[in-house]
Amino acid sequence: MNDDLSTIVSALIERYGVEPIEFRQQVSLMTPAEKIAQVCLTLRDEFSFEMLSAQTAVDYWPQQEPHFHVIYQLYSLTRNLRLGLRVPVNGNQPSLPTITTVYPNANWHEREIWDMFGIRFEGHPDLRRILMPYDWEGHPLRKDYPLGYEEVQFSFNYDEIDRRKPYARE
Amino acid sequence: MGIEQKLGNMGVVTLKLEQAVNWSRTNAMWPMLFGLACCAIEMMSAQASNYDMSRFGMELMRASPRQSDLMIVAGRVSRKMAPVLRRLYDQMPDPKWVISMGDCASCGGVFNNYAIVPGVDEVVPVDVYVAGCPPRPEALIHGILTLHEKVRGEKIKDWA
Amino acid sequence: MFEKNEVTLDELRHLISDRAIEGDTVLLNMGPQHPSTHGVLRLLLELDGENVINCIPDIGFLHTGIEKNMEAKTYEKAAVMTDRLDYLNTVGNNLVYCLAIEKLVDLDVPPRAQAIRVILTELQRIASHLVWLGTHALDLAAMSVFLYCFREREMILDIIEMCGGQRMMATFIRPGGLWRDVPVEFEDAVRNFLKIFPARIDEYEALLTKNPLFKERTVKIGVLSKEDAIRWGVTGPSLRASNVKFDLRKAQPYSGYEQYDFDIPTQTEGDTYARYLVRIEEMRQSLRIVQQALDKLPYGPVRSNNRKFVPPPRSELGTSMEAVIHHFKLWTEGFPAPKGGVYVAVESPRGELGVYLEGDGGPKPYRVYWRTPSFVNLQVLPLLSKGHLVADLIALIGTIDIVLGDVDR
Repeated sequence: MNDDLSTIVSALIERYGVEPIEFRQQVSLMTPAEKIAQVCLTLRDEFSFEMLSAQTAVDYWPQQEPHFHVIYQLYSLTRNLRLGLRVPVNGNQPSLPTITTVYPNANWHEREIWDMFGIRFEGHPDLRRILMPYDWEGHPLRKDYPLGYEEVQFSFNYDEIDRRKPYARE
Repeated sequence: MGIEQKLGNMGVVTLKLEQAVNWSRTNAMWPMLFGLACCAIEMMSAQASNYDMSRFGMELMRASPRQSDLMIVAGRVSRKMAPVLRRLYDQMPDPKWVISMGDCASCGGVFNNYAIVPGVDEVVPVDVYVAGCPPRPEALIHGILTLHEKVRGEKIKDWA
Repeated sequence: MFEKNEVTLDELRHLISDRAIEGDTVLLNMGPQHPSTHGVLRLLLELDGENVINCIPDIGFLHTGIEKNMEAKTYEKAAVMTDRLDYLNTVGNNLVYCLAIEKLVDLDVPPRAQAIRVILTELQRIASHLVWLGTHALDLAAMSVFLYCFREREMILDIIEMCGGQRMMATFIRPGGLWRDVPVEFEDAVRNFLKIFPARIDEYEALLTKNPLFKERTVKIGVLSKEDAIRWGVTGPSLRASNVKFDLRKAQPYSGYEQYDFDIPTQTEGDTYARYLVRIEEMRQSLRIVQQALDKLPYGPVRSNNRKFVPPPRSELGTSMEAVIHHFKLWTEGFPAPKGGVYVAVESPRGELGVYLEGDGGPKPYRVYWRTPSFVNLQVLPLLSKGHLVADLIALIGTIDIVLGDVDR
């Protein structure tokens, strides 16, 4: 990593106890869940990381500790630096503090994470489903949620699938 | 048109009521704008200058279901969109036809998962399926001409 | 399937103002099927006469579950699904996915492949801007611009079809390079296009730029200030029209963009007219890039030689046993990727398109996340539309340039 980024990373390690991971010249910091809002605030105000590029989650089922990693990608326009943050969360109904107060565009990102993974964000102004229908049950991108595919209709099973398929007749 | 050939131009044209009605239905079939995804762009290309659909009578695309007779379902139909599709189909007045354009509307296409309805014929009855991902504008026009042939073959007892 | 699908007033109470509850203002549903929403976008409008008080976007009508579906396929086979996300920038989607795979497994790309990738991406950028211009002008009742733009787009689609076999979803860019080398007619077709296109851009400008009707509907509509744009994470031409000179092709170059010489157009006002001017100028700059890339096109292979990741050409299968083994392994099982996540971003015609790809040692991607520009840019719509009329809302949806496949994935 270049010098600018290493000074920022060492300052954050001192203050918040984050652990850096470097993979393919990209830096990620493992951050504990309670401190994520403060870390983001420091990065935005003091180190000028003005833009939140991406916010998503990864599911590590069947492993429960951690069950998910929530990933943030921050970008600094003035310094042209990218930095990633990873927050491990445990359990089946996990929750994290929201960062909509720091970066307003996290609003829809967090709604999508709630919809797809079931991770709650405390303090979010409007947490409801965004991509799935309003009364859908389940969180689709979890690893224990089935893909939901239907059997492919070849010539040997054409008739039996034809009988089962709910065609609309009028 | 039968008598005219035998007796020359008598100044009077005779044809069956079926033929007249079907001819008028095919020559001014107005599609409803139902472009959902990538196939919609090919539908717009088919409407534009290179592969003109106006030559087949589809001069405009009406957005309102009350003023259109053909619904071209162009694109993938997700589970959230399926009730909306059915409601719009119900709002179209008779006679109405449906063309399922593209692979996703016909059979689910490349996607086989929780979010896409595998084939729009689970929601509305389809008359013509056009295959392709997305189908070329020429393929869509071929599908529309196939529909015209089907309409010309409709009998009076189907719609009276 | 026909379950309750409407959001009731109680669930939205916190988003609409008190005047709506009293009945002072009207709640209108600009539904998923509408001629000018460019796809299936649902807007809940709170109106006071014709003035928009608040606008609540409701998305998800085109949600395809691409991310989950890609987890069930191997890396190379999942590339087919990437075209269908932002279906106006299909080459760009392929490019960012292949760049992410190449970064994850550390695969090299030969220079000829990089140059052809740049040419096709820039041509696709021009095609995407043409569709934007055609539909935006169509919404503002300038129908002839729509017909002209699609006429030019056919020339670009012919070029892409010549390379990849399909007009829109060619999946021509594969991990390690390209699928195959471009045919001999490619260079003539591109040079022909470069010769006639600048005059066509002048035609569009002659119709729209100084047109008082167009200016009346776009100047001072939807002003996005610089601070708001950065806070809300807006990228692409919308950011550049708000006086921020930022382009990922210059800031963090990829695929050989540092060799080419081009400008980044910016404007200061941040309204709809400024965004229009930025995109017209971007089309001209793309032509410059294509010209330079075509002139400097080096000779050489178009796909990496690393047989652990790239299947061998079919001509080798008759003579070499290792080629057969590699071919079999790669097409049945796929190549393994290491554990770890990478984030790669490129500049799509709409903004920053990024992929977060995480591997787990197996042949299938463990998690693919698409940071799509339209999803983030659409959040700004309520901010832009406050105080404007419903007719201006049509212009605003067009100017943010959203593609619903991008928003809903």
